[in-house]
Amino acid sequence: MKYLVWILIAILVVLHQDVWNWTDGRLLFGFMPLGLAYHVVLSISAALVWWLAVMYAWPLDEDSDAAAGDAAAK
Amino acid sequence: MTPLVIIFSYLSLLIVLGLVSNMRSRGTSEDYMLASHTIGPVLLLMSLFGTTMTAFALVGSTGKSYQIGIGVYGLMASSSGIVHSLCFFLIGVKIWKLGRKHGYSTQIQFFRDRLESDKIGLLLFPILVGLIIPYLLIGVLGGGATIAAVTQGDIPSWGGSLLICVVVLIYVFLGGMRGTAWANAFQTAVFMILGVVTFFVIAEGIGSKESLLENLQAATAQVVERHPEKLTRAHVPPLFFLSFMLIPLSAGTFPHLFQHWLTARSANTFKLPIVVHPIFIMIVWVPCVLLGTWATSAVGADGKLLIDPETLKSENQVLGILVAKLSGDVLTGLLTAGVLAAIMSSLDSQFLCIGTMFTEDIAVHYGGTGRFSDKQTVVMARGFIVAIVIVTFLISTVSPAGVFTMAIWCFSGFAALVPLALAALYWKRLTKAGAYASVSVAAASWIYCFWQSDFAADARYNLFGMLPVATMVAASTIALIAVSLVTKPPGEETLARFFPGAAAPRAES
Repeated sequence: MKYLVWILIAILVVLHQDVWNWTDGRLLFGFMPLGLAYHVVLSISAALVWWLAVMYAWPLDEDSDAAAGDAAAK
Repeated sequence: MTPLVIIFSYLSLLIVLGLVSNMRSRGTSEDYMLASHTIGPVLLLMSLFGTTMTAFALVGSTGKSYQIGIGVYGLMASSSGIVHSLCFFLIGVKIWKLGRKHGYSTQIQFFRDRLESDKIGLLLFPILVGLIIPYLLIGVLGGGATIAAVTQGDIPSWGGSLLICVVVLIYVFLGGMRGTAWANAFQTAVFMILGVVTFFVIAEGIGSKESLLENLQAATAQVVERHPEKLTRAHVPPLFFLSFMLIPLSAGTFPHLFQHWLTARSANTFKLPIVVHPIFIMIVWVPCVLLGTWATSAVGADGKLLIDPETLKSENQVLGILVAKLSGDVLTGLLTAGVLAAIMSSLDSQFLCIGTMFTEDIAVHYGGTGRFSDKQTVVMARGFIVAIVIVTFLISTVSPAGVFTMAIWCFSGFAALVPLALAALYWKRLTKAGAYASVSVAAASWIYCFWQSDFAADARYNLFGMLPVATMVAASTIALIAVSLVTKPPGEETLARFFPGAAAPRAES
């Protein structure tokens, strides 16, 4: 799962370079430029990927979290 | 008059907040600088977000969208949603753990230990403070421009800048980190809510239709008619766009974010900010980018452009002019307070962090531990903060650059230091010499590019079609790796402290 999370983060970075939308001036709902709407969806996707990251690829284990706090409290 | 009353009431409220947090203070320097590591997830989310969103987010994004259109969102907002959270995840959590374990309160303390170098602070301190000053300028200039625009010059820009400096100084001095975190949370809520309200009010002012959707459509229709290219990224070259992805990396080495990370109650406290940060960015930036884009083409009842490009002095004033022209007095006051909230929620952390760095990294470190009492330490921190604020204010009275351009230069410098931060946390083979080389190359390349850009006056300055940050990050990374590989690795004791359970690397020589 950890590797999947990192692959998803890499995909986000690639999708961020949406060259296919560069000069597309179409509007969604008659007011929202397509290029802007695309990046709004990308922001929401980023939040979902980061949720997966904190759930399945957290860089510390619970023990080290507690240990760090204990050490500082002494 | 009404907007001024609201603005002054809001500023008074912040001072009261500082007073209340002062009453909750434990009276120690650790409490003043790190809130005794008691900050929970919601407060950390609000304070990290409020700290990263400054005048750059509201005033700068609106002004830049006015210039180049909707591409600004991809340039800074969606990229920050990915990269800021990456920095919190990869750097922030680990720094929190090491900071709690070894008692760090500044970046330099961490680098001294990790690099086994007492002198690294003498190299890093002037660079970090030197980069913080333009960051402070962003807030000071943005605040002054907003107040001047809303009061239509009754309060000049310099007066507005001075006012917010004084208010922030007062509540930071009274409340320290606890007061700063509280004020950040409060101000973040204020500017997010009022930002959205501003958006709807201005949309109604431009559209003048019955329903919200009709207003949004009418506002965009004017852009389709006059500046359709602003609804695309036609003004942003692809390589330039790609290199912008490196700018938000700067969040990995902002000294004030480092200090905020250390206030967390536990590592798990970071989870909420990491996930929600991209959504919060979206809530603030989408309205601003649309407002800036609409401002290029919106006309008033008299058929004239709301913002005349011929008479516009600075793009920093775009948001303030829209607010002043399209909302009533009460809303103008409230919305201005929202803009000031965004600005001050960054200034406060920056003020506090430069004071902490001076006392911890210079005065206490070189003066000797135990030489100064807690009270003396806090007084020294405040004295240094006032000195830096005076310097910043004086520069703000002559600074010609736009908020956005200045922010890019400042963020580029911090981004060039990120390879060092990552290597210090994840690469055992990083050596003291490699770190010195990386920092020196980052500083030299920044100074060279800044000079070549005519000291930020040339906003289109680039290297190989990309922002100079790409060259700076590449150069500092190459220097770090190359010099580290040919110099003696750190000692086993140091590696055991920072990489427990991992084998020491073999020396090349």
